[in-house]
Amino acid sequence: MNELSPPQSGGGRLAANVMHFARLLRRAGLPVGTPEILAAQRALGFIDLGAREEMRTALSATMVRRREQQEIFDRAFALFWRNPEALRQDAALGLLQAEKPKPERPMPGSRRLQEAFSPPRNRPPRGEEPPPRIDAALAASERERLQTLDFEAMSAAEIAAAKAEIRRLALPLDMRRTRRRRADPTGPEIDLAGTLRASLRQGGEILRLARRRRVTRAPPLVVICDISGSMARYAQILLHFVHAVVNLRERVHVFLFGTRLSNITRQLRHRDPEIAFQMVAHIVPDWSGGTRIGEALATFNHFWARRVLAQGAVVLLVSDGLDRDGAHGLAENMDRLHRSCRRLIWLNPLLRWEGFSPRSQGIRAMLPYVDEFRPVHNLESLRELVTLLSKPAPVARGGVAEEWRIAS
Amino acid sequence: MKPASVSATSALLAEHDYLADRALATTVHLALCMQRPLFLEGEPGTGKTEIAKVLAAGLGRRLVRLQCYDGLDLAAAAYEWNHARQLMTIRLAEAAGETDRERLESDIYARPFLLERPLLSAIDPDQPPAVLLIDELDRADEPFEAFLLELLADFQITVPEFGTISAGTPPVVILTSNRTREVHDAIRRRCLYHWVDYPDGARERAILARKAPGVPERLSAEVVAFVQKLRGEDLFKLPGVAETIDWAGALHALDQRELNPELVDETLGVLLKYQDDIAKIRGAEAARLVAEAQEEAA
Repeated sequence: MNELSPPQSGGGRLAANVMHFARLLRRAGLPVGTPEILAAQRALGFIDLGAREEMRTALSATMVRRREQQEIFDRAFALFWRNPEALRQDAALGLLQAEKPKPERPMPGSRRLQEAFSPPRNRPPRGEEPPPRIDAALAASERERLQTLDFEAMSAAEIAAAKAEIRRLALPLDMRRTRRRRADPTGPEIDLAGTLRASLRQGGEILRLARRRRVTRAPPLVVICDISGSMARYAQILLHFVHAVVNLRERVHVFLFGTRLSNITRQLRHRDPEIAFQMVAHIVPDWSGGTRIGEALATFNHFWARRVLAQGAVVLLVSDGLDRDGAHGLAENMDRLHRSCRRLIWLNPLLRWEGFSPRSQGIRAMLPYVDEFRPVHNLESLRELVTLLSKPAPVARGGVAEEWRIAS
Repeated sequence: MKPASVSATSALLAEHDYLADRALATTVHLALCMQRPLFLEGEPGTGKTEIAKVLAAGLGRRLVRLQCYDGLDLAAAAYEWNHARQLMTIRLAEAAGETDRERLESDIYARPFLLERPLLSAIDPDQPPAVLLIDELDRADEPFEAFLLELLADFQITVPEFGTISAGTPPVVILTSNRTREVHDAIRRRCLYHWVDYPDGARERAILARKAPGVPERLSAEVVAFVQKLRGEDLFKLPGVAETIDWAGALHALDQRELNPELVDETLGVLLKYQDDIAKIRGAEAARLVAEAQEEAA
């Protein structure tokens, strides 16, 4: 903070302090810009500066925009306005800076930069074989291993290919009618406003009826993805999938779970998958650990369902259904999830169609609440995943369990 | 006539039976002084909508309410041209042998042909000043938020065929959201933000005394203590202040003077609106909470 000018005397002192405070907030990760600072300065003119609570509210109302930011703000406020000098204490700053996401590990994006500067040459094929990992499939890990995952970055061409694949993605029941309409010469409805506007160009004579039709749009998509040990070998392809989906479609939310649930939507929004994956790897603590599906779904239902499942969301649950907790609480939470969304699609990448019967407790608990069950035994490319998800629905809503009963 | 200080704002709200905590009163005061829209987020039943009603009554302004829903569009929210009337005017002009195109156009895109919807009505300079309540903004879809930007920043609406209509007196604008989805930053930037939380015990008792005046003191103390305990439980949907008021009213209507476990079981549906939650609390859990609440209220 050495570059800060010394506080001025008199009336300018408060203004300067507000600015210092804003800088502190910015360092703590809050997006506080000049308009917010100006608004805060104005707000302070309307209140009793002697009343600390009023001052706190005035600054908070102008500088905080989301509830998540409130806690950081409160801590910063307590720290700064007790004694602005405290700002100089490294310990205090360290406390706040811990809040700031620090995803940047060295030089993301370097690979594509290199690629851009070097002439194209034939690289040995890579990325096709699954990462060399011990295949612990069909056995959920017993303890929670905390490990980070390093992703092989995609080349520019691979990213383009992935995006092209995702464009083909058409989930069943994918288009939803909205209450909006747009002009369309072949539409089924007559657009009176448009007709009138057009008629005025002809001096009030109606020569042609303007038409319109209802707009359809894809419903919100919520992907809840299992990243426990037994799913580890699909993690890479799944992450590429969700990254492309998040950047190509509107209204997509992505959650990862192993033993706990993390919302990684914001991280994935970063257009560069390399940076996005680094940020994800940084905030997700439980790569390749055990699975607690019931608990993860309970967390989702409690904290997120109401915020992301509005407006007819489709939920894509990617999991092998092998639960470490012996399916504790799984059925209840699947039931609630099923009732809160428009369609629940379960993608199970581990079990084969042939010879598969729902023996595992977890799978038995989950099946009755699934609208669509899409098993696939070999998930090695995005193309396959997209093709599989775009296939027409195999069975009607709620009928999955019936089918299994007949088969087994 | 704006209240002169935060205390005056607080008193104004209290006059109309709204007991705001200091933080909320300060934010409302700032919204009035700075003429900025106020964006209130919070759980359902914490009195977000009520603020707008109380402000309208307290400031002597008319309340203009826009309830948001998925697919809400400009025609339903801001303005619409009266097409039938326009067509009729064209026919009449034809019959009278009017052929001047320019003149016809300016004739039928005039104010009398413009049907006002809530947003336009709130900033209409020919009408008395308003309090504009844009309720449950999270229910509208994203395109609708974009319509609001001009209104929130400059208190004006531009009608392409007509021109810009701006407010004589800027309306007091209150936006509410239950957070069923995140409202865009562009909206948040133009507003003052406040998260409306559940009140503490003392405030909730005071609210109950105002909103349900007939309820015996002992019963209302127990009701509040019970609800406050309930909010500490792991429930899918916690009861709001609105539910507390309803429940106290319900128990009073049943001529109760204090809580007892059987009665709580029977009336739990007033407080909790999900079967899972009711199943969880009914019986032993309810009895435990009643005992604790009675101990606390005594």
